[in-house]
Amino acid sequence: MRVTPQGRVLVLDVPEWPGNLAGQHLDLRLTAEDGYQAVRSYSIASFGDGHSVELAVDELPDGEVSPYLVRDVEPGDMLEVRGPLGNFFVWRDSQTEPVQLIAGGSGIVPLVSIARAHRAAASPAKFRMLYSVRAPEDAYYASELEELVDDSFALDWVYTRTAPAGFARTAGRITRADIEASTLPVADNPLVYVCGPTGFVEAVARILVDLGHPAERIKTERFGGS
Amino acid sequence: MAVFSRGFGARRRESDPELPPGQYLTEDFPVLSAGPTPRIDTADWSFSITTESGAVTTWSWDELMALPIEDVHTDIHCVTRWSKLGTSWRGVSLDTLFADIDTSDAYTMVESYGGYTTNVPLEDLLDGKAWIAFEFDGEPLDPEHGGPARLLVPHLYFWKSAKWVHGIRMHSDDDPGFWEQNGYNMYGDPWKEQRYW
Repeated sequence: MRVTPQGRVLVLDVPEWPGNLAGQHLDLRLTAEDGYQAVRSYSIASFGDGHSVELAVDELPDGEVSPYLVRDVEPGDMLEVRGPLGNFFVWRDSQTEPVQLIAGGSGIVPLVSIARAHRAAASPAKFRMLYSVRAPEDAYYASELEELVDDSFALDWVYTRTAPAGFARTAGRITRADIEASTLPVADNPLVYVCGPTGFVEAVARILVDLGHPAERIKTERFGGS
Repeated sequence: MAVFSRGFGARRRESDPELPPGQYLTEDFPVLSAGPTPRIDTADWSFSITTESGAVTTWSWDELMALPIEDVHTDIHCVTRWSKLGTSWRGVSLDTLFADIDTSDAYTMVESYGGYTTNVPLEDLLDGKAWIAFEFDGEPLDPEHGGPARLLVPHLYFWKSAKWVHGIRMHSDDDPGFWEQNGYNMYGDPWKEQRYW
């Protein structure tokens, strides 16, 4: 299912999947008929027990694996995965502190997993999410995220190229003012998860530190070059 | 036995015998960091080696710059599967820094500004295998890549090459550092694909 102009959500049926924590990733391996192999890491949008593993993949312009996953792979095709991997950029439902999630583009994937886990646990922990996308059509999981909004989950948007009609903020890259206005304040001592392209994460993490968030309260996951 | 992925392989990249298994070549320089990038002024920077006796040997930035500086041309391999071939660095060899250090411990914990740690056996830091590097491609090392200075230990996966390096503490045992506690291999040899637990 293609859900954005560049991206697709894939649901894998993995009979031996041991389950995964919210925020973890996996390695996906493809093997060509002549034996050639390529492996890439992808964040997991699903969480918990069960054999169904959900990924959202953005097609990279010079990519080798992502165009295959976005354009070519069809229901019934076989892929190999290894995981789950990573025990740092995770959220457990035993955590009770306030959480701020900040995503750029397809960096939303592990944060969707965390937001879903928060909802599934009916966690009273105060959550707020800030999601930066180029334009409304580039957002993954937009309607699902809107449906999560309640007393313990707030959602804010930043559009960097094209904002929807009537949106108060002019389109443009995320700024210190956006983060001050649309994220949990330092006084709440939130745990902050930031995921997105390197430039986005660098900019956001630097602003958070400048605003007074302790560096050890900011977890980051970056992708792509710089 | 591999599972074949129908129709995969049309966009494959050239294979390169210099690439360790499971790696792909990249021309840019991706960033893997668990938290915000620390900003450290060279005026405030220092590097220390602490031994089992409690002896601490410390170098300021100027003292580091006064040591013999080596040009290093090497390939680097990240556990997230990118590799860069033929990168150029300048730095001070750990052989120089350990020349007058008296220790019988076999392991080290490398410690960074910002709290990052990684464990490396001492023998992997000596004999021309590791540097405190402060230039990449002829330019001062960017903060997001570990500037002002990072450990460079290129024969291991690059998470061992601790960014924002601040010191090395001798350990009698091979205790796990940050990523080693969070799912990565204790040693991290790219040619043996020692990625995860």
